[in-house]
Amino acid sequence: MDDAAVIAALRARDEKVFAELMRMYNASLLRVALIYVATRAVAEDVVQETWIGVLNGIDRFEGRSSLKTWIFRILTNIAKTRGQREGRTVPFSALERPEAVPEAAVDADRFLPPDHPRWPGHWASKPEPWPEERLLAGETRAVVEHAIEDLPPPQRAVISLRDIEGWSSEETRNALGVSETNQRVLLHRARSKVRQALEDYFAEAG
Amino acid sequence: MSVSIEQLSCQELVELVTDYLEGVLPAGERASFEHHIEGERCKGCHEYVHQMRQTIQLTGSLTPADVSPEAKAALLGAFRDWRAG
Repeated sequence: MDDAAVIAALRARDEKVFAELMRMYNASLLRVALIYVATRAVAEDVVQETWIGVLNGIDRFEGRSSLKTWIFRILTNIAKTRGQREGRTVPFSALERPEAVPEAAVDADRFLPPDHPRWPGHWASKPEPWPEERLLAGETRAVVEHAIEDLPPPQRAVISLRDIEGWSSEETRNALGVSETNQRVLLHRARSKVRQALEDYFAEAG
Repeated sequence: MSVSIEQLSCQELVELVTDYLEGVLPAGERASFEHHIEGERCKGCHEYVHQMRQTIQLTGSLTPADVSPEAKAALLGAFRDWRAG
């Protein structure tokens, strides 16, 4: 269904379409809400308020953005207000200026020092291939899941939308209201940490 | 010729992987990047880039988390209220 059809169905109070829309976006809405609010319970509240906002606004929605972007804007506004009420301001800077706090994709001690006479910045301990046969094991997936849960919320939201939901960078950027560059920085950090968690897991379980 | 390609250290390369995979590296850096990971030249970085691809693939195989069934039921209730006007 394209946007126009979904909008028309919602305006016609079609419950099936509404349920389908929730099925499609609930998980992502929840992840994005968690950037701004502290607990899952509050995030669920925010998601709930968002859908009510969608229902109340659909008759006036003018289609200047995609339906998805519009829904996420509603969510972001509600979540920001809730977050501010809770006194949470740190995540905003993490979202808007991730460069302010540098993070290395790989620990510096994995590389030879910059003053090394022959190979400055080259691997001191290089990554070893992972056991192919274990990549698809349930336990390995659980490692990825935990690594994503442990990420700072802005990184968690970006990797979820991009790599779990399969959104484009543009869709992700619009939903979160971040610049293209910041979206990429957050994605880079998130993916780098998940890779590291997998490397640690395979090294340990070796 | 390889002399025209700016040298990239492994430590620099790992910070460019996402830009590379997203296709946004400027041509010069892209050439350095590809030169660095080509074949057996740097096994460490070759493997690193491969692992990043594996990581993306694995993440893609996860099922999205959903809101609780109670919240969903509440929303459908809200929908019915809304429909009833």
